Amino acid sequence: MKLFPIRGGIHPEYRKELSSEKAIVALPMPAELFIPLQQHIGAPAEAMVREGDLVKKGQMIARSQGVVSAPQHAPTSGRVKAVAQIAAPHPSGLPQPTIIIEPDGKDEWGELPAPITDPFAASREEISERVALSGIVGMGGATFPSAVKLNLGIQHKLEILLINGAECEPYLTCDDRVMREYADEVVDGARIMAHALGAPKVVIGIEDNKPQAIAAMNKAAAAHANVEVAAVPVQYPMGAERQLAQAITGRETPVRKLTAEIGVVVHNAATARAVHHAVRFGRPLISRVVTVSGKAVREPKNIEAPIGAMVSDLIAFCGGLSTTPWRLVNGGPMMGAPLPSLETPVVKGTSGILALTVEETNDQPASPCIRCGACVTICPCGLVPVEMSAFIRKDHLDVAAKLGVQDCFSCGSCSWVCPSHIPLVQYFNYAKGMLSAQAREASKNERVKTLAEARNIRLEKAAEAKRAMLAAKKAQATSQSENKASA
Amino acid sequence: MSTPHSLPISAPYAHGANTVQKTMFTVLLALLPATAFNLYLFGWPAIFLFAVTIVACLAIEAGCLMLGGRRVKPVLADGSALLTGWLLAMTLPPWAPWWTGLLGAIFAIALAKHTFGGIGQNMFNPAMVARVALLVSFPVVMTAWVLPHPLLSNDAPGISQSVAITFGGKTPDSVSAASALGYVKTELSRGIPVSDSLKEFSRDSKMTHMPDMMDMAWGYKAGSLGETSAVLILLGGIFLMIRRVISWHIPVAVLGSLFAMGALFNAIDPARFAPGLFHVLSGASLLGAFFIATDYVTSPVSKKGQLIFGVGCGLLTWIIRNFAGYPEGMAFAVLLMNSLTPIIDQYTRPRAYGRTSKGQPLPLGRE
Amino acid sequence: MLISVGSLTAMGVVLGGMLGAAAKFLAVEENPLEEELKAMLPGSQCGQCGYVGCAQAAAALARGEAQVTLCPPGGKSVVEALAKKLGVNTDFSEVEEKAPEYAVIDEDLCIGCTRCIKECSVDAIIGANKLMHSIITEDCHGCAKCFKVCPTEAIKMCKVPQTLGSWHWDKPEEHSIH
Repeated sequence: MKLFPIRGGIHPEYRKELSSEKAIVALPMPAELFIPLQQHIGAPAEAMVREGDLVKKGQMIARSQGVVSAPQHAPTSGRVKAVAQIAAPHPSGLPQPTIIIEPDGKDEWGELPAPITDPFAASREEISERVALSGIVGMGGATFPSAVKLNLGIQHKLEILLINGAECEPYLTCDDRVMREYADEVVDGARIMAHALGAPKVVIGIEDNKPQAIAAMNKAAAAHANVEVAAVPVQYPMGAERQLAQAITGRETPVRKLTAEIGVVVHNAATARAVHHAVRFGRPLISRVVTVSGKAVREPKNIEAPIGAMVSDLIAFCGGLSTTPWRLVNGGPMMGAPLPSLETPVVKGTSGILALTVEETNDQPASPCIRCGACVTICPCGLVPVEMSAFIRKDHLDVAAKLGVQDCFSCGSCSWVCPSHIPLVQYFNYAKGMLSAQAREASKNERVKTLAEARNIRLEKAAEAKRAMLAAKKAQATSQSENKASA
Repeated sequence: MSTPHSLPISAPYAHGANTVQKTMFTVLLALLPATAFNLYLFGWPAIFLFAVTIVACLAIEAGCLMLGGRRVKPVLADGSALLTGWLLAMTLPPWAPWWTGLLGAIFAIALAKHTFGGIGQNMFNPAMVARVALLVSFPVVMTAWVLPHPLLSNDAPGISQSVAITFGGKTPDSVSAASALGYVKTELSRGIPVSDSLKEFSRDSKMTHMPDMMDMAWGYKAGSLGETSAVLILLGGIFLMIRRVISWHIPVAVLGSLFAMGALFNAIDPARFAPGLFHVLSGASLLGAFFIATDYVTSPVSKKGQLIFGVGCGLLTWIIRNFAGYPEGMAFAVLLMNSLTPIIDQYTRPRAYGRTSKGQPLPLGRE
Repeated sequence: MLISVGSLTAMGVVLGGMLGAAAKFLAVEENPLEEELKAMLPGSQCGQCGYVGCAQAAAALARGEAQVTLCPPGGKSVVEALAKKLGVNTDFSEVEEKAPEYAVIDEDLCIGCTRCIKECSVDAIIGANKLMHSIITEDCHGCAKCFKVCPTEAIKMCKVPQTLGSWHWDKPEEHSIH
């Protein structure tokens, strides 16, 4: 298969060997599960259960609200202990509504939707409805509701469903293991999605540092003429949606547009497996494979964990921490988020839990920029981090916006390569956050202005009506008095 | 450094092994062979001057940092002041008096670097500012070249004599010589064609001014420490490229444009213009192309910008050498191009992903 | 001599005439700065700045009588926009970032007097005489005018809570760079 180059990129130390040869193991059911209502991009789900309710495995416990949303399901059978505010697995650690379930140990399935026996005869709507109902979201970490992405075929003429198995983040091996151990499920899920999308071709992109996964997927794909495996070069951030699409098709996605515009829809390999389960067996998304790794973890593992298991449960299952970690990361080291504590739950987008030592992160105090230009050379977006950060430092956010800071997807390559160890990505995250807060504020002000103007018009009309009424009364009064006088 | 679980620090939680310090020391390592060989060639006076310049640069850097209320140790340890001092010493006449090193250090570190805000903030290459300031202020001292007097050789000055040369300003008249570029220029002004003066040196290299091409490449000629040994400077430059401290863009652009201009005009009028190879091998061409023009702080950040910058340096050097009052123009050329760096940067920003080169979103619809 | 005097006079007359014509035909009715400033202000006429409405505040700003920090509901972004327009150097870190607020009516204390409804400049309070009032949270911009007129202290001002959606990263600490 002909591949195309992508711009920039880096070659970090991958350290995948810590967990790549560890087969997926299931986490023993924890004593409590914590299922946040918001595990996806979009509107949070709405709880359907109350304290004391008994739930079965796979039962919907929170329904989706609106088009871009996803429901939540009980990962096992048990009793709802509470619906409470629990710290989110988010850098802020802000509390968010969470359903707490006490497993009863029986792990009894509830009533599931009937399997779709021949998905390739089913309509697009039937499949995307099933995916929506099963609470499937992008499992690579973006957590965008997958059903919404499956409907892209309605408006766009698609050529390729691209299954993202690049897994370019260091440490993470969950997709690698899923592709090795469940290759048939991934391929089947991918074919079902391609059918729903109306995409004639499936390409599975895997970085060529995963030869076993490539072999397994090739074997699973051999029976299907329209499924192809592409071994893409190891080059971070190859696993970014737009970059991978470019490597496969040579086409660049215009800014602020979807890859669908260039005829490609990208789904993660683990998402394809979840679709397989939902369509073939009616099983919702209630567990996922999580890589627990880092040198502060005694025994790194790939764990199939129920959604809602505490991070501390996973760490304990890996033999605990060997030392106090310097950083606790939710996701990969390049684009992951800091975990506020070990007492936050695994959610649908949790691809990895990393406990890193200071030697691994190589954190050093920042020093002034020497304009070496390395960040410019490696930026996969073709931006100029050195200039943007200088303007953001002086809070000239408008200039940074003009230089394209909102095009940055925080891949972390510039911070990684910077010899001065300047936290460039944090500058950009800060700028992006401030700019969108300003935009929100501006639109609120706009609304306030419209409302105030509407009120003024209303008041004026009311005043006019009053005046008119008074005038009419007066006229009546005078005419009456005139009448009297004349009478 | 913050402790874990304090304020959230954004990803990435992995970092490449490169540091400012490593970069600077790699450059120093690349300079080491040429420096050591030239210190050997020019003997104790050169060693004294070298030491004075570097110590002065470090002391002034420390002083400026203290005045600015900044941490001294980590900044001093990054090696940037050491590199500036080193490069400055390599551009001084090897037997120049000690105060040129001290004055140069003040120009370089205090004026060219710290008035702009210290490392990373200066607009002009500090070592070149110092060299040009010295050259303009003390033209006689700064052009008093000597022929090599290798250490331990018969005509090498002894320690006490060397102390007198560096610290007493007693340079023996008999040893003075012209640099190749200077010689050609002077001869030309006397009406002797370049081709003849070039021929003369190979015949007459022993007693006078012009070494032959082999000597020229190895460094047995008059000039500053960084100007003489073309081969060792070239090796250092290649080492830097292999270590990816510098990319090929600036050196190739500088030397390529210099060679092209030299060769072109030499073909047109050999009596008036020296050949391309002569330009590349003489003066500060190689040192400038690999070590001076490639200074991160004062050169453009994008590869396209670096090519423009390099070509500009090469062209200006050639123009100054042929048409201006000074025989060597590399320092002036670099400084002039430094002033253009911001504008080059502005016009050579890379095209952003998903946008046209004008910054508009790419048009929809497939190619 | 005559030619030069003549030509200069002719030029003076022609150019002067053009200037005069331009002044007449291209005249700007209103102070354009005032209009631009007005567009930057929230336009809710809340009166917290001490002027009757946003138009009056803009006029005062244009005359240089008011501070760019006059508008509490506008927040930091309005201060920045005004300062930039007027060329004022404000140390933005000094500007106290007032957390945005919204008003809530305590249903038990409300007597349905409608005073707050009359006061609200964005019609964000619904209710009628003798009936309990309530506030449309999305439309409330936290001017607190209702809070001031409520006779039974039934109105509370609450801080708009930070959510996962509104949270964003802080600027890196400056001392870590130099």
